[in-house]
Amino acid sequence: MTSATARIGAGPAVRRPRHRRRLVAWLFIAPLAIVNLLVIGGPGLSSLLFSFTDWDGLGQANFVGIDNYVELFQSPNVLAAIWHNLLWTLFFLIVPISMALLGAFLLSRLRRGQVLFRTLYFIPYVLATIVSATVWRQILSPDAGIGAALANLGFDGLAGVNFLGDPSLALGSVAFVNNWQWWGFLLVLFLAAMQGVNPALYEAARLDGANAWREFWHITLPGIRPTLMFLVLMTVIWSFLVFDYVYILTQGGPAGSSDVLATVLYRTAFSEQRAGYASAMAMLLSSISAVVVAGYLILRKKLDWDV
Amino acid sequence: MIRVQTDTLAAPAASRRAARAAARPPRRAGFRPDHRPRRPFSVLILVVLAFYATGPLAVFVFNSLKSPAEISRSPIGLPSEWRWENFATAFEDANMGQGLLNSAIIAVSTALGVCVIASMAAYAMTRLELPGKSAWILYILVSTSVPIQLFLVPLLSWWSTLGLYNTQFGLIVIYWAVYSPFATMLLRSFLLTIPKEYEEAARLDGAGEWRLFTRVMVPMIWPGMLTVALVAGLQAYNEFLLAVTFIQDSQLLPVSLSLYSFQQSYAVDWSLVSAAGLIMAAPVIVVFLLLQRRFIEGYTQGGLAN
Repeated sequence: MTSATARIGAGPAVRRPRHRRRLVAWLFIAPLAIVNLLVIGGPGLSSLLFSFTDWDGLGQANFVGIDNYVELFQSPNVLAAIWHNLLWTLFFLIVPISMALLGAFLLSRLRRGQVLFRTLYFIPYVLATIVSATVWRQILSPDAGIGAALANLGFDGLAGVNFLGDPSLALGSVAFVNNWQWWGFLLVLFLAAMQGVNPALYEAARLDGANAWREFWHITLPGIRPTLMFLVLMTVIWSFLVFDYVYILTQGGPAGSSDVLATVLYRTAFSEQRAGYASAMAMLLSSISAVVVAGYLILRKKLDWDV
Repeated sequence: MIRVQTDTLAAPAASRRAARAAARPPRRAGFRPDHRPRRPFSVLILVVLAFYATGPLAVFVFNSLKSPAEISRSPIGLPSEWRWENFATAFEDANMGQGLLNSAIIAVSTALGVCVIASMAAYAMTRLELPGKSAWILYILVSTSVPIQLFLVPLLSWWSTLGLYNTQFGLIVIYWAVYSPFATMLLRSFLLTIPKEYEEAARLDGAGEWRLFTRVMVPMIWPGMLTVALVAGLQAYNEFLLAVTFIQDSQLLPVSLSLYSFQQSYAVDWSLVSAAGLIMAAPVIVVFLLLQRRFIEGYTQGGLAN
C-alpha cells in the first residue's frame, strides 16, 4: 500500500520527503493517540501500579506488595460478587441468545413485515439504561406493578412480591430487565448474519425435504457461526462488566444479594475510599476480559475460523 | 501487484456486501408462494416477542398520563383521563430543561469530536505512511474492549489534577476517547472500499494531505461519518457510569442524571417519574424511527467491528 502511494504519487510536483510524509501521518493520528493515552492508556497503566498500594484515591500511596490481591480472593463480598457474575453470564448465554436466535430465524423466513418487526424489537435497545430501569422499576414494584395489576384481576399469586427488594429475587429481576433491553440488539445482529447465508443451501435442503428445525440446525447455525461465537464471547465479557442496571435498580442490595464485581469495585473506590484495593479488582476484571479474548483468538487460529 | 494488495485488504467488507446483494434477487425469485406456506405459528411467536418488547413501553406511556391514585388502582391499563399536565410538572420538578440542554451539548460535542478524531485516524491508517500500522490497529482493538472500570479510579484523580473533574468538557473528552476507537474501525472499513484513483488525481494536482482529506475523502465517507455521529451521540446521551462519576454540580448534570436523581427522590410518584422518563426517551425514539436504517447499520457494523 505504501509503495502504491509512493510510486503513483511520484510526479515531480507532489513527491515529498519521506520524513515529512511520516510527520503528516503522525499529525493525523495524534488526536486519537492523545485522548486515548490520556483517558485509557495512562490511567489504565497507573491502575496496575496502584493495585500494589494502599492508595485512598487522593493522598499518598504506599507499596503493599500483593496484599490487595490476597484480600481480594479471601473477601466473602468479592467471592459472592464473582458468583453473581457467573450466574449472570449463564443467564445471558442462555436467555437472550435463544430468544434472539428464535426471533431472527422466524423473521428471516418471513416474506413481509421484516422491517416493522425489526424496528419494534430494536426500540428498547436505543433507550438509556436509566429509562428502561424507570419503566421496569414501576412494573416490578410491589404496590403499583404487575403483582397489583394481576391481583385486581383476581389472581394474587404475585401480589406484594417485591421483585427488586427480595434477596432471592433481586439479581434475577435485574437480569430480566437488562435482557429486555438487550435481546433485540442480538436479534438484529443475528438477522443480518442470517441474511448473508447462501440461499441456495436452503433450497437444496428444502428439496431434500428438510423441516424448519433441520434447516436451522444444519444451515442457519453453521452459517452464522462467526457472529454467534463473537457474541458469545462478548456476552461473557460484558457479563463481568455489568454495572448500570445493578447500580440503578438495587445498588447491589438487598444485603449484597445482587452485588456484582463492578458495583463492589465502585463502592470500594468511591465510598470506602480504598482506591488501591479497587484497582486490584479492576485488574481482576480486565484480566477476565483479556483471558476470554485471548482464548477466543487462539481458538480461532487453531480451528481456522473465519470472522 | 500493488492493486492486488489493496484489493485483498478491501475484500472482506466489499465481498460480503457483494455477496449479500447478489443473494437477494434469486431468493425472492426462488421461493414462490407455494414453496413458502404461510406460517401462522411463526407469526404468532413474532407478535408475542414484539409485545414483550413494546408492551412495557405502552404501560410506561399510559402511566405518565395517569394520576398517582389511578396508578395504584389500575397499574397497567389505559388512563381514564389523560393528564397531559404531568409532563409540564415533571419537566419543571425534575429540572429536565437544564438536563436536556446539557445533554444536547454533551451529545453533539461528542459526536463532532469523535467524527473528527476517528476520520483523521482512519485516514492515517489507510492512506498515509504511518509507521507500525498493525500495531495501531491492535492498540485500537484492545482499547475498544478495555473495561471502563480499569481506568476509572486513576482517571478521576488525573481529572481532578487537570481541573477537568465536574466539567462538561472533561466528560466530553472521556467520551471522545471511549467512543473513537470503534468509530475509527468503522470509518477505516469505509475508506478501504474507496478506490485510490480519486486522491491520486488530486495529488497530481498538488493538493496537500489536509486539503485532500477534507475535500476528497470526507465527502466520500460522509454516510459513514453520519452513522458514527449518530451512534456516538446516542451513546453519550444515554451514558450513565462516567456521567455519574465525573459530574457533581446540579447545573451541569446531563438528563440521564436529572432523571436518576428525580427517580431516587420521588420513588413513589410513578406518574411523574414516568413522564420525566418519557421526556428523556422521546428525542431518541423520534430520531431512531426517522433514521432507523442508519442506526441499525451503525450498530450492526459497530458491534462486529472487531
